[in-house]
Amino acid sequence: MSGLATYNFAYLDEQTKRMIRRAILKAIAIPGYQVPFASREMPMPYGWGTGGVQVTAAILGPTDVLKVIDQGADDTTNAVSIRAFFQKVANVEVTTRTKDATIIQTRHRIPEEKLTEGQVLVYQVPIPEPLRFLEPRETETRKMHALSEYGLMHVKLYEDIARNGHIATTYAYPVKVEGRYVMDPSPTPKFDNPKMHMSEALQLFGAGREKRIYALPPFTDVVSLDFDDHPFTVQSFEKPCALCGAEGVYLDEVVLDDRGGRMFVCSDTDYCEDRRAQGFLGDQGVPLKEAAE
Amino acid sequence: MYVAVKGGEAAIANAHRLLADRRRGDRVIPAIGIDQIESQLSLAVDRVMAEASLYDPSLAALAIKQSRGDMIEAIFLLRAYRTTLPRFGYSEPVDTAAMRIERRVSATYKDLPGGQLLGPTFDYTHRLLDPALQTDEAVETPLTRTPSPENTSRVTDILNGEGLIEPDSSMDADHQPGDITRTPLDFPMTRDTRLQALARGDEGFLLALAYSTQRGYARTHPFAGEIRIGMVEVEMDLPELGFSVPLGEVRLTECQSVNQFKGSATQPPQFTRGYGLVFGQSERKAMAMSLVDRALRAEEFGEDIVAPAQDEEFVIAHSDNVQATGFVEHLKLPHYVDFQAELDLVRRMRAEQGLAHANTQSEQKEAAE
Repeated sequence: MSGLATYNFAYLDEQTKRMIRRAILKAIAIPGYQVPFASREMPMPYGWGTGGVQVTAAILGPTDVLKVIDQGADDTTNAVSIRAFFQKVANVEVTTRTKDATIIQTRHRIPEEKLTEGQVLVYQVPIPEPLRFLEPRETETRKMHALSEYGLMHVKLYEDIARNGHIATTYAYPVKVEGRYVMDPSPTPKFDNPKMHMSEALQLFGAGREKRIYALPPFTDVVSLDFDDHPFTVQSFEKPCALCGAEGVYLDEVVLDDRGGRMFVCSDTDYCEDRRAQGFLGDQGVPLKEAAE
Repeated sequence: MYVAVKGGEAAIANAHRLLADRRRGDRVIPAIGIDQIESQLSLAVDRVMAEASLYDPSLAALAIKQSRGDMIEAIFLLRAYRTTLPRFGYSEPVDTAAMRIERRVSATYKDLPGGQLLGPTFDYTHRLLDPALQTDEAVETPLTRTPSPENTSRVTDILNGEGLIEPDSSMDADHQPGDITRTPLDFPMTRDTRLQALARGDEGFLLALAYSTQRGYARTHPFAGEIRIGMVEVEMDLPELGFSVPLGEVRLTECQSVNQFKGSATQPPQFTRGYGLVFGQSERKAMAMSLVDRALRAEEFGEDIVAPAQDEEFVIAHSDNVQATGFVEHLKLPHYVDFQAELDLVRRMRAEQGLAHANTQSEQKEAAE
């Protein structure tokens, strides 16, 4: 049991990393295609980011700078936990600043700040199969992808419109990659879908429990599914961020009291802090220095 | 005033400190020892080893202590350790006919070579709470017979002698046994990988599925042909030596169910089988596994697939409790970004409906005027 105390750099042994890197390379070569990989048991539960953690562990080098976000924030408990894990097992530099990071592992959001060449965005994915809720069987969905048989998805979106007047998918909104594979963008709000299109950064998706890796190489064509008469639109918010005054960003609703009091603030905490540091202020914001005191 | 939710790190550290306190419990009471768990809660240890797929009683006992007795948490701890171990090879198939038998019962024959041996079983105990166990009363030493040096032939071999039951399944000569921990599952599965998945599957889940087959959801008419528990030697072939060497012994529970016949124009009717093999003493799991294995062979026998227990994707994709608990429990992680997206849509749809409703009302009013 003495061996328990020592782990390889970034936890995974080198053979496992090589296996994962091969899957990643294949995924990059076939954008949007789900590559099966021999996912390992990780020291955190399935469904809590084991796919993203394995992808990050496989690509992480000693000089990388890592940022981990959950719901757009660096300080949500699971992001804290994953960041602490990599500090412990890889001793890499970590940051909360989007522009300083070389690898960003995320759950449910894409940072507001435009990602640039050389950055890698690693998504944690719960259900990689966009067709899963239409067809539960892997044997069937695999066939549907092979034949580009995506009619069922369009029928689903059409039925949404017929029933609700809207496409009732607000997150994990399906996209088509390079005109070929329909892909699940992970449960990011559809607000973030346009950021995936022609991104300068490499985007990797890891699903640990479902044992799949897929990827969007830089400058990949990513189109959200829609209809000519019901074009894809993203959520818009009526008011800017109450703290930093940002518009055109994704906001979290914060309940202030039990009498219906609400405020809307940036979901991307780094973006919000950065703006406040630059002097931007929302109607309920306080300058960053004062807030820290 | 909104205060950014900071301090996740301190909260986590404090929560874990509290957890350690609760795990230890009242400091006046002596801490439970790993050796106590290993020897006195040995069936819990067996279950953890079986579902973690790692035969190491003391590490399993440690996991049970660390998890405060939460079995799935203990299984998870041991699995996460197992996955870091280097794989230096695969053992030879174990020979359960050469098992040093501690228990062996057959429900199909009154008596048979090797005899029936009840062994350490809860069967036929009256489930009355025993106040004597509140204290450390002396326990009589057990009576055991001298083990026979002869191999105890399996009931299925006895049946097979007459050709009444299908023989042991065999794989093609060049078939490499699969390893579900090293290659991703691929449906449809081969029987070797399917049995591996069942062997580490959740006892409760397999029990419920097995039960469902007895209640008419894919009835397979099973008999407990034989259940045997005991020690078997594990051997490994070392290429440098050119022969296999023993690595040690493991306790196994094996169950062979004998099920209703199958025949064809060319083959006379035969009993079919279901197979269960589990680490440690775990009869319930081995029996459930054999029933589910048989149900999952529906396609092989050309039976109609009508029930959950026959559906390979359904059974295997959901039998792993470490995966299941992770994904069910991940719902407690924050989802407020997604929830916000849903809130927005619901509000918008309600507003549109309210507007439409108001319009119709005013139209009706105009029409009435």
